Amino acid sequence: MSTMVNFVSGPLVWIALVTFVVGTVVRIVLMIRTIKLDKTVLPAMTVKHSLRSIFFWTLPYGSRSMRTRPFFSGLSYLFHLCLLALPLTVMGHAVLWQQAWGIRWWSLPSGVADVMTAVVIFAGGIFLLRRIMSPEVRNVNTWRDYVILVIVLLPFVTGFIAYHQWLDYRTIIILHMVSGAVWLMAIPFTWLQHMFMFFFSRAYMGSEFGAVRNARDW
Amino acid sequence: MAVADPGFDLALAKLTPERIEQVINSVLSQAVAERMKLFLKTCVHCGLCADACHTYLSRNRDPDFAPVAKVRDTLGVMLKKKGRVSPEFMKNAARVAFIECGGCRRCSMYCPFGIDIATMIMTIRRICSLLGMVPQFIQDTTNSHSATSNQMWVQPDDWIDTVMWQEEDAQLEVAGLRIPLDKEGAEVMYSVIAPEPKVMAQLIANIAVLMTVAKVDWTMPSADGWDNSNMAMFSGDLEIMGRIEREHWERALELRVGKMVMGECGHAYRGAVYDGPKWLGWQGPPLPMVHAVELYYDLLREGRIEITDKLTEPVTIQDPCNIVRGRGLHEKLRYVVHALCDNVVEMDPKFEHNYCCAAGGGIINCGAPWKMARLKSIKIKATQLKKTGASLCITPCHNCHHGVVDIIGHYHIDMRTSFLIELIVKQMKIPEGLGV
Repeated sequence: MSTMVNFVSGPLVWIALVTFVVGTVVRIVLMIRTIKLDKTVLPAMTVKHSLRSIFFWTLPYGSRSMRTRPFFSGLSYLFHLCLLALPLTVMGHAVLWQQAWGIRWWSLPSGVADVMTAVVIFAGGIFLLRRIMSPEVRNVNTWRDYVILVIVLLPFVTGFIAYHQWLDYRTIIILHMVSGAVWLMAIPFTWLQHMFMFFFSRAYMGSEFGAVRNARDW
Repeated sequence: MAVADPGFDLALAKLTPERIEQVINSVLSQAVAERMKLFLKTCVHCGLCADACHTYLSRNRDPDFAPVAKVRDTLGVMLKKKGRVSPEFMKNAARVAFIECGGCRRCSMYCPFGIDIATMIMTIRRICSLLGMVPQFIQDTTNSHSATSNQMWVQPDDWIDTVMWQEEDAQLEVAGLRIPLDKEGAEVMYSVIAPEPKVMAQLIANIAVLMTVAKVDWTMPSADGWDNSNMAMFSGDLEIMGRIEREHWERALELRVGKMVMGECGHAYRGAVYDGPKWLGWQGPPLPMVHAVELYYDLLREGRIEITDKLTEPVTIQDPCNIVRGRGLHEKLRYVVHALCDNVVEMDPKFEHNYCCAAGGGIINCGAPWKMARLKSIKIKATQLKKTGASLCITPCHNCHHGVVDIIGHYHIDMRTSFLIELIVKQMKIPEGLGV
């Protein structure tokens, strides 16, 4: 069991991090090369309109699209916020970094982190239900979409269970680390790449609408 | 759903899977396709584009009409199967791309990532065009562009004759009015879409009255290039699309005018300013292109025309996709409409968020076989129009105009439509000395 723990908290973390970073960099480099082939894209892009579009689409309720679904947009916003903040600021992770690299890092009070984890799990559950119940979403969803959502949620579910010390702590913590590694590695290879592609596609559309067509896109 | 269209059915009989595979892969091996693939990989299948689409909303929320489903069922399959699809598959893809999407780009405004779905649909039309699988009516307009350089088989002498006839008509309003043809060095070259001389010639007399009263130094070309419309842009024949845009601009450059002004049309604006220059490898249009709405706005602001008579009936405004979502002219449009009408009732939603008329994007040009499909797919606009309670809908775009005429006829709405120019010439003051 302890060799297992050593593996998942050592080499596996490295494998996941390297896959995530290299995969992401390769994706972005390939995308830029691709975009350059299409000679009409880059000359039409401007920093101003790119940032304008990204701004309104990262602002809570910044677009009409978000305002037409107040509950779902709010939930989605909280989900993404907690999802990104938790892995970086949860106390357990900060302790590990301090032990491994001696980095002192600010961390969230554990009560707050606990509530945020619950938010991620709750919102994720709602998203899963929406994918199943909503005809227009179910129609275009395949098993891949459900698997990706489960990959995203598992680290949070196992983290939540581990924090509350339900079930066998050791097993859960191994599951937590494995699922976290899978999550990181899945980002460049699935639609989870929207994590960074968001900025590029918004910049493109923001420029198409703003710079080329003098119109708003939010 | 499947209606007879020789453009589809004759192509179906001739197409082979090998030919389809070859054409799809030749189009999808190009840079534009790489952009499509990037978009498809970023899409998280959240379905938020569905509510943005008038066909989805109009067809009782049938999930197959959601933009994401339309792309999955067409381009998605072509990419997945690397072009190995059947002629029947292509026929359905063509129906979706030509009839159930006009590329209004509203879905891109509701997609959190701004995925360019309209461009994907236009890529399918490009494939269909190369396969010769295009609805017969719109292919005919493309053929007309190819042979006559205008959309409606208007012959050169017909064009000049129509202009002269309209000059005479306009002289009944304004004494001594002229429509200056081929005046070199004029401030403005005015261009129209071919349906104006063909079926709505009075619009030419109207603009002549306005230009004369406002003392605009203007001209129209007598030679080919007078037509600013471009159906080849929508049928997927990009070679012809580029050729006619070049001819349009070359006519203006030859006449050494200061700028181009075009009549109330949306797609023509798009073709002249975006699609044409892009295809031709130009950074942008070689001269400023001014849409009629901007011209009216300028003339009103500068006090060059005076509106003496205002409409009091409830009036609503159709925001055309290509000059609002595609140019941001909604504020200027409001300024002009408010100068003409006292009682403006806005549609909900409005501005960039307004629903398309489902006629633009080449859909209405696919003709009679598809009229019922088109009208089914735009029930939401009928609801939106009814809700305003207006008796007049202002449509500063030819496609919107005909689209709304069809909608109010089909859904029995007590409403009529009008271009802005028709109201302007009726409601403006003809100064002493110019009157007849």
